[in-house]
Amino acid sequence: MWDYSDKVKEHFFSPRNAGAVTGANAVGEVGSLSCGDALRLTLRVDPETQIIKDAGFQTFGCGSAIASSSALTEIVKGMTLDQALTVSNQDIADFLDGLPPEKMHCSVMGREALQAAVANYRGEVWKDDHEEGALICKCFAVDAVMIEETIRANALSTVEDVTNYTKAGGGCSACHEGVEEILTRVLKEQGRVFDPTGAAPVLAKGKKLSNLQRIRRIEGAIEAIRPNLQRDRGDVELVEVDGKNVYVNMTGACVGCQMASTTLDGIQQRIVEDLGEFVRVLPASAMQHRA
Amino acid sequence: MTQGIYLDNNATTMVSPAVVAVMLPFFTEQFGNPSSMHQFGNRVGLALKQARAQVQTLLGAEHDSEIVFTSCGTESDSTAILSALRAQPERKEIITTVVEHAAVLALCEQLEKEGYKIHRLKVDSRGRLDIHEYMDLLSDRVAIVSAMWANNESGTLFPVEEMADLARSAGVMFHTDAVQAVGKVPINLKDTCIDMLSLSGHKLHAPKGVGVLYLRRNTRFRPLLRGGHQERGRRAGTENTASIVALGKACEEAMQHMEYEKTAVRRMRDRLERGILAAVPHCFVTGDPNNRLPNTCNIAFEYIEGEAILLLLNKQGIAASSGSACTSGSLEPSHVMRAMGIPFTAAHGTVRFSLSRYNTMDEVDQVIRAVPPIVAQLRKLSPYWGENGPVTDPERAFAPAYA
Repeated sequence: MWDYSDKVKEHFFSPRNAGAVTGANAVGEVGSLSCGDALRLTLRVDPETQIIKDAGFQTFGCGSAIASSSALTEIVKGMTLDQALTVSNQDIADFLDGLPPEKMHCSVMGREALQAAVANYRGEVWKDDHEEGALICKCFAVDAVMIEETIRANALSTVEDVTNYTKAGGGCSACHEGVEEILTRVLKEQGRVFDPTGAAPVLAKGKKLSNLQRIRRIEGAIEAIRPNLQRDRGDVELVEVDGKNVYVNMTGACVGCQMASTTLDGIQQRIVEDLGEFVRVLPASAMQHRA
Repeated sequence: MTQGIYLDNNATTMVSPAVVAVMLPFFTEQFGNPSSMHQFGNRVGLALKQARAQVQTLLGAEHDSEIVFTSCGTESDSTAILSALRAQPERKEIITTVVEHAAVLALCEQLEKEGYKIHRLKVDSRGRLDIHEYMDLLSDRVAIVSAMWANNESGTLFPVEEMADLARSAGVMFHTDAVQAVGKVPINLKDTCIDMLSLSGHKLHAPKGVGVLYLRRNTRFRPLLRGGHQERGRRAGTENTASIVALGKACEEAMQHMEYEKTAVRRMRDRLERGILAAVPHCFVTGDPNNRLPNTCNIAFEYIEGEAILLLLNKQGIAASSGSACTSGSLEPSHVMRAMGIPFTAAHGTVRFSLSRYNTMDEVDQVIRAVPPIVAQLRKLSPYWGENGPVTDPERAFAPAYA
């Protein structure tokens, strides 16, 4: 059973604005292959003010598709067309107090129907630029197409890369097998072989740094960040560099700060940029765990 | 709401009260390890022996040593198929069907990646196999045939006994996933050529977490789990004693109720099916109605989607299941419905009602009354539906841009 919010259930059991609007002058018809769902959105737009006076939906789909359609009509009524175009699928999901990750595409379908309807009113042809694949990472709702395109666009070669670029695999890690399969397939197309033990390739072009140069760059990056932390009465010091792992000590106000991991991410990003290669910044305590 | 009306017995069944009663002592005073030499172990060992005999009787197996207890149907399926491959490393092909349970299909997909050749027999619009296609594929390159006895979604029965005969004469091992069939149709393995059979306790009123692999004597075998000498070394790991005892009792009860399944349960199923078909326009039965489990009825409601139907049924306390993509979290509607070529606007609206001996005619009548307004309510929302019926030429009248 899906973990639907009360709002989703409410909009499914008592949908608003079901059926086609009479005197509609804008129609959007879209479908999502991933669920077999399809939606027809009809709008009555006031030509003078460009305000959406009425909205209705007809949906072939599951509970959350019907709830998303109902929510969409409630959101857009009273908006101008330009305002309506800024409605995102996340707005629809938020209106419903969230959707399960597998069901986010229902909200995407809602947004697309809206865009198609506005295009229809303006006499334009709406083109769908969104392709959806099988859901791979359930923690962060990342699908196969997204992962594949990101691997291609950024020449990624490890699961770690994919997590850094798309978040996929950054949660429970159950999808790593699926991510590895996509990597294997895409790399094979490029004549490469997926190596699960391989390190991330060098991001920036240029000569390989010596160990000493590398550590100096890392130190430099950390020095550049320290004033920001010191302003908040925190601080950071470099403890050890072990291959791809950079261990640091957070001191002062950073100790026990709830934002500490975000701060680590920021430090990591800065070092990766300066170094031109992927490294991971970890608290020094993690070093003892590993030893 | 009371307990509700449970028509999802192909998913799992209620543990029968008598089964619960026999297993309870094995959580308390009968805690011994059946492998132990002392009286604590011995009493439990004797209980397992009795359970093995009860399973043997239901399956019509020749020897009680042909019964291997496992943790579930999936484990039995994996054990059977992987054993056949390991025991005959020179054979690199497997024959199965497109409509198998994921326990077999997903394993075969993985084996395909590892280099095995998988033949998946197709089915026709009624879910039936083409026996000639099957015969042509049997060869000494095939390690094992794995075909389900009864389909979990449509209830359609495969002629596994004849298929096993054909496999035997071609010198090929035969396994059947009989998880849905055991307890619902009579089985007499000693008169067949079936080498291996999987069953799952929770489909026949035993608890979850126990299954059986039937392994015909003299079938070449390699265990999946190695370790202790439990199950004669064919499935290591300390026995799930309470559940095994429970499964034995459930098999005994299934034997007693076999006739009831074939008559009374079938009558309830038939009444439900006729009642819904008569009251709801544009719906049809999927699978092979003349050759299926007596408890299963799968109806495709056109132009609406299954999950929405289930949610509305559930609101009235009625439990069923659907082959729609949305209920599974997968991308596609049921592979079984697609394999039978059910059109997309119907495949998403399939609902499976699966009964048991615990259902009543009164419940059936309540469901017959509940379904038509639910279908009408959802069709009112559907872009494929007009005032009083489907729009003319639905596929063309509503042709959305697909993402």
